[in-house]
Amino acid sequence: MGAQVHGAQSFDAAKRGKIVFSEDAMNTVKKIMSRYPEGRTKSALIPVLHVAQAEFGGWLSPEVMDYVASVLKIEPIEVFEVASFYTMFNLKPVGKVVIEVCQTSSCWLNGAEDIVKYIEKKLHIKVGETSSDGMFTLKVAECLGSCGTAPMMQCGASFHENLTYEKVDKILADYKADGRLRSYTDKDYKNTL
Amino acid sequence: MGRKLLLHNDHVPGIHTLDVYRANGGYASVEKALKTMTPDQVTDEVKKSGLRGRGGAGFPTGMKWSFLAKPEGVPRYLVCNADESEPGTFKDRYLMEHIPHALIEGMITASYALGARKSYIYIRGEYFYVSRILEQAIDEAYAAGLLGENIMGSGFSHDCYVQVGAGAYICGEETALLESLEGKRGNPRIKPPFPAVAGLYGCPTVVNNVETIAAVVPIVNMGGEEYAKIGVGKSTGTKLISASGHINKPGVYEIELGITVEEFIYSEQYCGGIRNSKKLKAVVAGGSSVPILPTDLILKTAKGEPRLMTYESLSDGGFQTGTMLGSGGFIVMDEDTSIVKNLFTFSRFYHHESCGQCSPCREGTGWMEKILKKFLDGTAVESDVDLLWDIQSKIEGKTICPLGEAAAWPVAAAIRHFRHEFEEIAKKKKFNDVSHYERLRKANA
Ligand SMILES: Cc1cc2nc3c(=O)[nH]c(=O)nc-3n(C[C@H](O)[C@H](O)[C@H](O)COP(=O)(O)O)c2cc1C
Ligand code: SF4
Ligand code: FES
Repeated sequence: MGAQVHGAQSFDAAKRGKIVFSEDAMNTVKKIMSRYPEGRTKSALIPVLHVAQAEFGGWLSPEVMDYVASVLKIEPIEVFEVASFYTMFNLKPVGKVVIEVCQTSSCWLNGAEDIVKYIEKKLHIKVGETSSDGMFTLKVAECLGSCGTAPMMQCGASFHENLTYEKVDKILADYKADGRLRSYTDKDYKNTL
Repeated sequence: MGRKLLLHNDHVPGIHTLDVYRANGGYASVEKALKTMTPDQVTDEVKKSGLRGRGGAGFPTGMKWSFLAKPEGVPRYLVCNADESEPGTFKDRYLMEHIPHALIEGMITASYALGARKSYIYIRGEYFYVSRILEQAIDEAYAAGLLGENIMGSGFSHDCYVQVGAGAYICGEETALLESLEGKRGNPRIKPPFPAVAGLYGCPTVVNNVETIAAVVPIVNMGGEEYAKIGVGKSTGTKLISASGHINKPGVYEIELGITVEEFIYSEQYCGGIRNSKKLKAVVAGGSSVPILPTDLILKTAKGEPRLMTYESLSDGGFQTGTMLGSGGFIVMDEDTSIVKNLFTFSRFYHHESCGQCSPCREGTGWMEKILKKFLDGTAVESDVDLLWDIQSKIEGKTICPLGEAAAWPVAAAIRHFRHEFEEIAKKKKFNDVSHYERLRKANA
């Protein structure tokens, strides 16, 4: 196992002392909620969970899910049901950058397995684990729609394609130097073809 | 040079912006439809065009639209399926990323035909950055009066929204998509009722693929009859093909339906042949769900005729000797590829993606993955091939949605055409796994 991850330490909310959306996030949430007809705000659940995951340290704790339920005025179980169904929601703490290497056919045909092994060795972790500095969690994923630029991996909103070992070195070094939590909702995504 | 109707502008600098898109003829279909045509006339042009759904099933789009129930006082919805998760498929991403307005324009024109006041584009969560590109395009369209109240003074009002998913292939199935859009788990619904009668929020809904909706633009602009002149028989118009695997030029290509498979694989205009001067071994022509075919059957039908890139020609011979056009996810494998291991990646995928509602799918996909793993571990016995066949044969027709079948077909086809590969591993009790980079090193030595 990789080292323990202290998800709570990167919690923006924890810094503020309680789980509440920042003003920015709340505005996004309100905008999302306005897209549906009267009485259908539950439709906002998945997009809002993405906002919550980005806002509260990269994963959805039970407290965060309860909070989302209260914002959308639905039952907590309705949130958990959904959060546990979709692979992009993390129900356990993760590193600041979650690396997801596609392992399906076209990527496999182009060396995805070698890329996974290379990252495992480089970060001294196995798939599913987090590096001891809490920086990276390594995962495998199913086809991410980059089959023509295989092999590829996704880190937050960014797609890294046509991977080579050298490219992986550079990408991971850049993330490490940057040190920020990366999420699917990042505005400064990067696509490296 | 084949004719291009969807990607003709993809390399124009700034084509993702409204100004450049309009300067290149963009939004003409909205103007034409809203100002000079009735909604039914738009639907008629789509019917005449022969356009078939580009999401995988190939259902005639005009017919689907005409099934839409229109009860008084009940809202109707258009939902765009941008979930694109079928392994080997990345055409919708290319279109939305590079020419987002092509989709928005199609959404407006199609919504006008259907009488939809609101529409949603449901895009897979992994494409979050693409959702931002679409949202920017939508903002531009609102600012220019192409969305919102009384578009171009026509009296037609429309709002279009982007909704992101969160990583579930099953949400590409249209009723699972609607569940997801309502904020629930992506469990497919039992049909009937079909979405045309009871879809989003129980209201009449049309669900169409990104490419289908984008194709409405050239159809309205040129007229359905003109569009239908492109292609062969019931395969009209152009189709986006996502090409990947062991080819020299992977990427998204717009083809006129009707070119030969051979031309698509070997010509410089498209895939540019097999990489590293290797020989072709097999092709999965329409995304992971369609049957794999060996070289002789993908290039020629069982009757010896050249295989064409059309719905009919690719399915010629049924599943015994044919396949399907599917989503257009064209995966090419060279002579060194292990069909068994490729199949394993597919089976692992379907097991991961089964929503779990039906036992044959939930359990069957797990068993198939497990048995295939035995082959890779070298612990499979010869009777495991028959066991695998038996399991796949017990899924089809016994599930709520077609994911079960999509999981079974690739297994059946791999055994049908490459049984000897399974038997050889079982006999030798050894699977020779060669790493990709090892292969490359040897090839370059
Ligand atoms: C398991 C499964 C996954 C699917 N995934 C997609 C998809 O990602 N995109 C898509 O357009 N259609 C997908 N479909 C097909 C849709 O259910 C539906 O037929 C399609 O969106 C209709 O649009 P069209 O008529 O324009 O093709 C999928 C179907 C199944 C059974
Ligand atoms: S066939 Fe599979 S994916 Fe489809 S509803 Fe049944 S269990 Fe779910
Ligand atoms: S197979 Fe890896 S992105 Fe499609």
